[in-house]
Amino acid sequence: MPNNRYQPFDYVKPPELDGGETSTLPVAIIGAGPIGLAAAIDLAQRGIKVTVLDDNNVVSVGSRAICWAKHTLEIFDRLGIGERMLDKGVTWKIGRLFHGEDEVYNFNLLPEDGHKYPAFINLQQYYVEQYLVERCADFPDLIDLRWKNKVVDHQDDGDLVHLTIETPDGAYALAVEYMLACDGAGSATRQRMGLSFKGETFEEQFLIADVEMEQSPFNTDEPERWFWFKPPFHNGQSALLHKQPDNIYRIDLQLGPDADTEHEKTEAAVMPRLKAIFGDKPFKLDWMSVYKFQCAKLKRMVHNRVLFVGDSAHVVSPFGARGGNGGMHDVDNLGWKLAAVLGGANKDLLETYNSERLHGASENIKNSSRATRFMTPKSPMEMMFRDEVLKLANKEDFARKLINSGRLSVPCALPIEPDVQTTTQRKIGTVIVDAPLSKDGAPCQLIDCMNGAHQLLVIKDDHADLYDVHNGQLSTALKLNDSSGLLVERYSADCAYLIRPDRYIAGITNDVSNEGLNKLTSLAHPAGTADEKAA
Amino acid sequence: MRKPHKMTGHQPLDDDFYERLMSLHDGLSDEQSARLNARLVLLMANHIGMGETMDQLLEKAQEDQP
Repeated sequence: MPNNRYQPFDYVKPPELDGGETSTLPVAIIGAGPIGLAAAIDLAQRGIKVTVLDDNNVVSVGSRAICWAKHTLEIFDRLGIGERMLDKGVTWKIGRLFHGEDEVYNFNLLPEDGHKYPAFINLQQYYVEQYLVERCADFPDLIDLRWKNKVVDHQDDGDLVHLTIETPDGAYALAVEYMLACDGAGSATRQRMGLSFKGETFEEQFLIADVEMEQSPFNTDEPERWFWFKPPFHNGQSALLHKQPDNIYRIDLQLGPDADTEHEKTEAAVMPRLKAIFGDKPFKLDWMSVYKFQCAKLKRMVHNRVLFVGDSAHVVSPFGARGGNGGMHDVDNLGWKLAAVLGGANKDLLETYNSERLHGASENIKNSSRATRFMTPKSPMEMMFRDEVLKLANKEDFARKLINSGRLSVPCALPIEPDVQTTTQRKIGTVIVDAPLSKDGAPCQLIDCMNGAHQLLVIKDDHADLYDVHNGQLSTALKLNDSSGLLVERYSADCAYLIRPDRYIAGITNDVSNEGLNKLTSLAHPAGTADEKAA
Repeated sequence: MRKPHKMTGHQPLDDDFYERLMSLHDGLSDEQSARLNARLVLLMANHIGMGETMDQLLEKAQEDQP
């Protein structure tokens, strides 16, 4: 373990405690986890001043969220740490499924070329948080990170949220226009507001452990995702193995509903379980935890001026990596909308954050509940069906598709209006896919050209014109060459796409005349038009 | 999505089918029989595919649940 991993961040006495004045600020973010920090950077990149309040002063203890999906990496790319994550992270795309000793099948998550980011990387949450904290430092005038600042109360008076914050030097008050509750699964904000957080709790217990080990437990040089049903080395129902950077391996073992939690948490209990997997290979236990999980969500993510983001709004089982990734989808969806509303756009725009992300949360919960059910059959008959699916999968393709060890995170499709049926490769309400291009003779990726504004992509035979859309007006075109032909292959030729700041396709037309493009451009949300904000 | 399997024009089930279905279970324990049934349901479901026919069959099976 790098011994500076949990180096505390400096607590600084808040200026309010020196001057005595209560400040009014645009945005307070509660919680400096990956979601709160990412939201802070997104807003700062849009010129919004944010104050981040965290009751602690270190990064995440334990690796926690480790699997970052392609779309999430593209979000992090926009926030300025995507490439750093890719460099440090372990890239994997092959997943193998075992039933007992035998491999049932394997899958390749990203079989095509021409993408900047792979299907998945594994990177410990503490690294992601560290990179985000360091990135925050690029915005000294816009991001105020306040460690050891614990929000103990908040009151939304309709126009402002009044916060009471405790620090080692005493308590102070802040008033903000919007408060983002990024305070995680156990959200104190949610509890203070008495909001119902209902869903399904699973009784099954899991052991999660990180071990540091020089030798790879995989039989190949490539890091992979290995999942076992009825693993030969463990008397439980399932096991999952992942590689992380620094030669750290993550193992998840299903312990059953009746496991003695306190005993399982001890090294005496864990070490034999790990030795059964890794045999004589020397390893060191780095972190472990025994957990149960639930799938639950809030009824609303927007409560007037209090906005819930990430785990505070919805929680899922870990199988499918839909927790951290789902939270980042929230951030991506909210940033541009909140910036627009703070800039004077109609508050109704935040309602679309509520509806779109509840839709995403429902999809994540549906997928993660299904995976959990497949892994923990509820009755002997369900167990029988599950086992027969696994058996049939040796020979039958169709049965492989039914095996569910977690449907890995992908961004949900959104019901974006008007949903026009088109013959183009991509559809309205889906996210864009990357493609290799060149600009002024230098290679680049489509993802590199996405800048967090509404953009218009007009695709011709061998090149594309990319415009920024601001208040219905187009910027000068950026000419992108499609020498590989992959842009046309992935998007079709002679068409235009209106792309939202979160890279969702908001409109498509095959009419690339000026009139057709104007019509498409008019679908862009009139962000930033000052007509509604009270003086 | 696959089209619903055509139900018209197929050979009606007869005693021959029933005999063969039953004989699959000859000599099996209850658990072995249940497993065989599970496999058969999965194989038949795959043959039928997603769609209206599947919806109707799942509903019909539930209707007669005492």
